[in-house]
Amino acid sequence: MGLLDQRFENGNVFVTSLENLLNWARLSSLYQMQFGLACCAIEMMAASASDFDIMRFGIIPRATPRQADVMFVAGTVTLKMASRIKRLYDQMAEPRYIISMGSCANCGGPYWEHGYHVLKGVDRVIPVDVYVPGCPPRPEALLEGIIKLQEKVRKESLVKKPA
Amino acid sequence: MTAEEILNSLKAKFGDAIVEAKLDAPQPWIVVNPSRTKEIAFFLRDDPATRFDYMMCLSGVDYNNGKLGIVYHLFSMVHRHKIVLKAFCTKEQPHIQSVTSVWATANWHEREAFDMYGIVIDEHPDLRRILLPYDWEGHPLRKDYQVPEFYNGMKVPY
Amino acid sequence: MIETKSLPTQYASQPGPVQTSSGKTLRTDEMIINMGPQHPSTHGVLRLEIVVEGEIIIDVIPHIGYLHRCFEKHAEHMTNYQQVIPYCDRLDYCAAINDEHSYVLAVERMLKIELPERVEYIRVVMAELQRIASHLIAVGTFGIDAGAFTPFLYAFHDRELILDLFEMTCGARLLYNYFWIGGLSHDIPPQFVDKAKQFCTYFRPRIKEFNDLLTYNEIFVKRTANVGVLPKDVALNYASSGPMLRGSGINWDLRRDDPYSVYHKLQWEPQIGKGEMGTVGDVWDRHIVRMREMEVSLSIIEQALAALPEGNVQAAIPKRIRPDAGEVYARTETPRGELGFYVISDGSGTPFRVKARAPAFVNLSVLPAISRGCMIADLVLIAGSVDIVLGQVDR
Repeated sequence: MGLLDQRFENGNVFVTSLENLLNWARLSSLYQMQFGLACCAIEMMAASASDFDIMRFGIIPRATPRQADVMFVAGTVTLKMASRIKRLYDQMAEPRYIISMGSCANCGGPYWEHGYHVLKGVDRVIPVDVYVPGCPPRPEALLEGIIKLQEKVRKESLVKKPA
Repeated sequence: MTAEEILNSLKAKFGDAIVEAKLDAPQPWIVVNPSRTKEIAFFLRDDPATRFDYMMCLSGVDYNNGKLGIVYHLFSMVHRHKIVLKAFCTKEQPHIQSVTSVWATANWHEREAFDMYGIVIDEHPDLRRILLPYDWEGHPLRKDYQVPEFYNGMKVPY
Repeated sequence: MIETKSLPTQYASQPGPVQTSSGKTLRTDEMIINMGPQHPSTHGVLRLEIVVEGEIIIDVIPHIGYLHRCFEKHAEHMTNYQQVIPYCDRLDYCAAINDEHSYVLAVERMLKIELPERVEYIRVVMAELQRIASHLIAVGTFGIDAGAFTPFLYAFHDRELILDLFEMTCGARLLYNYFWIGGLSHDIPPQFVDKAKQFCTYFRPRIKEFNDLLTYNEIFVKRTANVGVLPKDVALNYASSGPMLRGSGINWDLRRDDPYSVYHKLQWEPQIGKGEMGTVGDVWDRHIVRMREMEVSLSIIEQALAALPEGNVQAAIPKRIRPDAGEVYARTETPRGELGFYVISDGSGTPFRVKARAPAFVNLSVLPAISRGCMIADLVLIAGSVDIVLGQVDR
C-alpha cells in the first residue's frame, strides 16, 4: 500500500490525516454480503475462488447484511426480488456501497425489451456506486470494479456527506 | 404400441371423450375432452399395455384464436413409447381437469399453466401463482397481454 | 433428562409431544421459519418456508419465481430461431452448452437437417466438458453446504482449465452462443485437441483426490448417508431425472436410452446409486453419481477426440430458418437431468411457442416429499443434492 511502505523508514512512525486513515481502513476491508442472483453469481464465485481471489482485496463474504459493507448485485433483478433487495440494502449499516455487476443489474440486460417481470436496472430501487458491464463480466472485470470502488472510497471526506 | 393402437384402446374405453387425433405428425397427438383428463390419465398410467408412468412435460399454449390448451407429453419407462395428449378450452371458459392425482409432477406444471395463461385447473390441490408475485394482475404469456406500466411503484417497461 | 421416543434413522414425520422422565408431557408447538431468498446456501434466490416442530421439519413449502426472466415471452418475440439461443444459455447458466444442445436439437428435428459428423463429435466433446464443469460447481458448492470450504477451491481451480478450453474456441467463459442451428459458430482451433487431452490426463487423479478429501470423509458420510432418501416410485411419479433418478437406483440415461447425436457410437455406462454408504437414493448416492459421471465424461471426451473426423462445421447451417408448421418435443441429458424443449412453429420465421421443461424445476418439486421428518441442517444438504439452478427453475 502506498501509505505504509514509504513510511516505515522513519522509525515506524507515520503522520496522516484521520480521513486518509479511515478511508484506507474502509477500502481494505470491504466485507461483502454473500448473495448472488443469476449467472453473474457464478462469475462472482469464480472470482472468490483461488484463481482470481477477491479475498486478497480484503473482501470476505458475510452471510448477513448487518455485517456487510458492500453488496454485489450480481444477476437479474426481478420485480418480485426488488423489494427484498431494497430491504437488504436498508439493513446494511453505513458506510455501504453497491456494485452493480452485469448488464442485467445495470440496465435490464438482454431482458430489456420483453421482460415484463425484470427490473430494468437495480438503480431503480437502490443507489449504485460502481457499474461493471459484461454478460457476464469476467472475474478480472469484477476486480477492476472493486478497484474503482476502492478509489472512490479513498476520495471520501468526513465532513461532506456521501451522496 | 403405436399411436394408432393407443388411440384405438382409448376410443374403446372412453368413446366420445376422445375428440380428434393427428397420427401422421412426427409426434402424433390425441385431443381429449378437458373435463375428463383425469380418468383418461389414470387409464393410460395403469393399463398394462400402455403404462405411461412418466410425464415428461405439461405445457400451456395460447393458439391465438381465442383457444387455450394444455399439451401433455407422456412416456412409458416400461414400454419405451411416447404419446402426446392435448386438451383445449376457450378464453371464456378456461377450465381443464387436473392430473395431479395421477402424476405428482403435474402439480407445479399446472400451477405454471394457470399463472402464465389463466387456465383454471379444476380439482388442483393448491392452485395459486408460482412464478409471478401473488398480487400480479394478468396472465403474461397470452398473446394479447399488455405489459403494465407500474408494479408496486416500479416502472416496468424500459 | 428429557427422553424422546427412539426415532428411526428417517425420523418420524409427526414427532408429537415429548414425555419427560418425570411423566409430564412437554407441549411443543409448530414454528414457521423462513429460509429467505437471500441465503448463503440456497444456491440462488429460492425461498423455503419451513414448518418445524423443534428442530424436526414437518413441511417445506418452496416459493420460486424470484428469477423469472420471461424466457418464453422473449422466444416468441425474437425475429428468428437463432436469436433464442443466447436466452437458452441463460436458463441453466452452469451448463449453458447442454441447454443450447437441447434447443438446437429440437429445431433441427423440425427442419430435418443432416449434420456433418464433425459437428456432432465436437458437440459431444463440448457437452461433456460442460458436464464436468457443471458437476464441479455442484459438488464444490455442496461441500460448502456441508461445511467444507477446500473442495470448493479445488473444484473451481479445475473448472478454470475447462473454461480456458471454451474461451479458446468461442471466446466466452460462461455463456457461449456456440451451438448454432445446423452447426457451430466456430471450428475448434488447432491446439484444442492436445490441450483437451492434457486436461483429461490431468483431471483423472484430481477426481480421486477430491473423493479422498470430501466424498469418503467420515464426517461427510455421516451427514449425508440415509438422509433425503428418494424411493424409486416417488422418483418416477415426480418425473425426476438425471442424478436424482440415477441416485435412486434407476438405470436411465437419455444419452443411451433416447439417443441423440453420436453417443450411441461411443462406449460408456451410466452410473447409478447402489446405497454403498446408507440407503439407495440418499444424498450420498446422488453425490457419488455426480463424481463418477465426471470420470465417464472424461472417457467419452477421449473417445470422441480420437474419432474426430474432418469437415466444415458451418456447411449445414441454413440461410433462412423457417420450419414448416408443426411441433416437436426434444430432450437431452443435461447435468441436472432431462431438459426438454417443446417448440411449436406456425410456418413463419419466429417461434410460435417455446416451452422449456427444466429438470431443476421438476426435481425441486420433490423436495417437500423427501424432507419431511429430517432436521434443518439435513434440509440444506437435501436442497444442495437436488442441484438446482434458479435460472432454470424460474426461466
